[in-house]
Amino acid sequence: MSLNEIIYKFENIVGSSYVIHATEDLIAYEYDGSIDRSLPNIVVIPKNTKQISEILKICYTNQVPVIARGAGTGLSGGAIAQNGGVSIGFSRMTEIIEIDPENHLAIVEPGVINSELSEKVSEYNLYYAPDPSSQQVCTLGGNIAENSGGLHCLKYGVTTNHIIGMEIALSNGDLVWVGDKTRESPGYDLRGIVIGSEGTLALATKLVVRLLKKPETVKTFLAAFKSISDASEVVSQIISSGIIPSAIEMMDKLAISAVESSINPGYPHNAEAILLVEIDGLHEAVIEESKDITQIFKQYDLLELREAQDEKERINLWKGRKGVLGALGHLAPNYYLVDGTIPRTKLVEVLEKINQISKKIKLPIANVLHAGDGNLHPAILFNERNTSERDKALEAGAEILKICVEVGGVLSGEHGIGLEKQEYMPLMFNQSDLKSMSNLIYAFDSPNFNPNKIFPTGKKNITEINQSGIISQSGSEIFI
Amino acid sequence: MILKNQQYPLSKDEKFIDGLYSCVHCGFCLQVCPTYRETGLETESPRGRIALMKAVNEERITASNIVIEHWDRCVQCRACEIACPSGVPYGMLIETTSHSIENTKNEFSLKMLIKSFFLRHIIPQQKYLKLFISLLYLLQLSKIPKIIQSIKFFNRLFPTLYNFNQMSPVISPPSMMASGQEFLGKGNRKGRVALFTGCLMSLCHGNQMNALVRILTHNGYTVELTENQVCCGAINSHSGDLETSKNLARKNIDFMLSDSINAIIVASAGCGSQLKDYFNLLESDTNYSKKADLFSKKVKDIHEFLVEIPLKLPTKLLNYNVTYQDSCHLTHVQKITDAPRKILSNIKGLNLIEMTESKMCCGAGGIYSITQPELSQSILTTKIKNVRATGSNIVATANPGCVIQLQYGIRKHDLNTEVKYVFELLDQAYHDDYI
Repeated sequence: MSLNEIIYKFENIVGSSYVIHATEDLIAYEYDGSIDRSLPNIVVIPKNTKQISEILKICYTNQVPVIARGAGTGLSGGAIAQNGGVSIGFSRMTEIIEIDPENHLAIVEPGVINSELSEKVSEYNLYYAPDPSSQQVCTLGGNIAENSGGLHCLKYGVTTNHIIGMEIALSNGDLVWVGDKTRESPGYDLRGIVIGSEGTLALATKLVVRLLKKPETVKTFLAAFKSISDASEVVSQIISSGIIPSAIEMMDKLAISAVESSINPGYPHNAEAILLVEIDGLHEAVIEESKDITQIFKQYDLLELREAQDEKERINLWKGRKGVLGALGHLAPNYYLVDGTIPRTKLVEVLEKINQISKKIKLPIANVLHAGDGNLHPAILFNERNTSERDKALEAGAEILKICVEVGGVLSGEHGIGLEKQEYMPLMFNQSDLKSMSNLIYAFDSPNFNPNKIFPTGKKNITEINQSGIISQSGSEIFI
Repeated sequence: MILKNQQYPLSKDEKFIDGLYSCVHCGFCLQVCPTYRETGLETESPRGRIALMKAVNEERITASNIVIEHWDRCVQCRACEIACPSGVPYGMLIETTSHSIENTKNEFSLKMLIKSFFLRHIIPQQKYLKLFISLLYLLQLSKIPKIIQSIKFFNRLFPTLYNFNQMSPVISPPSMMASGQEFLGKGNRKGRVALFTGCLMSLCHGNQMNALVRILTHNGYTVELTENQVCCGAINSHSGDLETSKNLARKNIDFMLSDSINAIIVASAGCGSQLKDYFNLLESDTNYSKKADLFSKKVKDIHEFLVEIPLKLPTKLLNYNVTYQDSCHLTHVQKITDAPRKILSNIKGLNLIEMTESKMCCGAGGIYSITQPELSQSILTTKIKNVRATGSNIVATANPGCVIQLQYGIRKHDLNTEVKYVFELLDQAYHDDYI
């Protein structure tokens, strides 16, 4: 079937306004939130599951690449059509089909915006827990693809802990349900396999979402430190004291200055690092825990310790953290946001190494961290109009990821592998590890779904570090 | 019209290029953009429009009609500027782009001809505009519009005319002509202000303009209606006709800037944003840059001004449920959101019910409702749905464009709600206090 025939068929399914194929229009679909870009051949924006199923049938018969796209806020190139193909947009599948406040569930379409779901269910005193920084715009479908975390995943877990069932469309257009409205489902946990598969196995078309009751009490602390090592030590101390805060976030000096010059959340200018620590739960428990945490803070020479006095102040404190990435735009036109995870105890060591890399390549690196779970987000600042800067930034990113794996960490915390990190997969996995994963593509018969992502193509000659080896040397304690 | 083909890049101006590349395509603008929300299309989002500007500027594509249409579909509400964490100057980017493509559009159309005639010849000359509005008023007095509305097939035969008929503003005479009149402040005189009368507002909403004079004089300010003042030029700026808009700015500066006034008061959010931006518009004009700076600093939105002085409390009880629609240019450009609400909360008996997404555009956008009727109306439909959900008797707002658009929406969707300026309610509440 020729491209024009496919376009014609799609137009019959969704109407011509929602089939995009002019080069000029496709330019608006060549990017996501990451650095890479590539034009799809067609963008099609269906309104319902039936249309998706029909579209997929055509793509399957013609073995056309299918790339799902939520809001295009991803940071690993998951929504980029690097080999062309059909990009399926979910921006019109935004219905909240059912809210079941008694069972704390909702059934929604995948194009629903993360924060919008929380807003809609707030009248029942419920909310949806995973809260990536892009929650104001990112879609739940995209969250499923990347198994997104968020600031509060330390206590509440990531997307897979909150999506208990899904209707999925398989590559041949068949619709099946994986998981359901109960917490346990007999048979293989295909739901768990599809979540985080970055659009390579199936497309979610309906979601059964778990909702949580809003915590009775929330307390948020801002602590400003004279050194990153003090801040890192506090993180470890809090966790080892047995308290599980809902979030522990760290930002370094450069990140602080970026948000202060744009969002102005009132972080102390002279701090080398700040921590935002939030605890929530039953009132009495929160009071006790906040006393303990304050005790821990007081053992250190802090520049400032502030507790948000009201909801407005709390939101303002988080506003800085949530807007930090965009705010980096005030310091440089572009950033490369690296996403690696390390054991918490290695924070100081790794941040020092990142600092050295920054000096070596003469590009500033701002650090924002989900410190509680050791998820690093170094943002390498550069100017894309300067190609040598761009290359240096990408190389530095690779170097940082390598360090993460070397100290016993992993390649990605929450952004996915996508295009960005596929070549670095051998740092962690050997051939048979990778093969066992990629066999799923055959099981799902989905070679045309987001092809050539996640797995290395061998473009870069990466020597294996083989993390399974590291784990056996250090013992599983390395992650705790 | 000569067909000029494929002009690129859009601009080599460093400020423009830096602005363009300050977009890191994070996508945070998508959900606040009314046209993205209505269409679900990335090409109708700020991020998409910027990507197209980059692509044209990098000479990857030409500014074809397809591309221009995406830019034209921007309402210019500038909500994206607030949502953008990187501080991308979207307003400047889209205005520069419109300016650069204005003369290169490949298509010759009646619509464009009418538009440019209006922008260059009618709007800048108050007398022509007055003639036009008077004709419209006469038409309104006659039964013709109602007859047109009642003929069902008219919609199908002449859809543009039918729409225009439906959308045309409710004119509330007499129009206010600024010819140097002066109204003395009552009680303790606090100072002297010049009232910016604008073009459309003073002609269509003359009654309301007189309310402004009553409010200001009641609060002790002498009000002058400075002679020879002209349209602010906002509509020209938004459509890329920067030359006309600069000329209008110079005239307003020449006639209105004076040491004897404390402030230049403006009640139209769109005009206010433009007047406050004169310093930027005339930055490179050596004769005017300083004066423009002084001028812009003197400009005060009526709500901003009243809350600052602060206003005398009104005594009359108004038992209304009111919802407030944030006018885009007041909220996103002038960043004034509390002042109108504060004024409303000062009125006894008045119950303010916030609507969902009060900061989302209503689809008026200057002449957007005429140039992009389809999108404008679907944005409006969403807005009316949110207004209806509040169950208010009144929807208050802060800009003539919004008033006209909301009135149209309410007529179209058969809502039993009145549209009023915030200050109209204040004027009503002052009723017993006026001597």
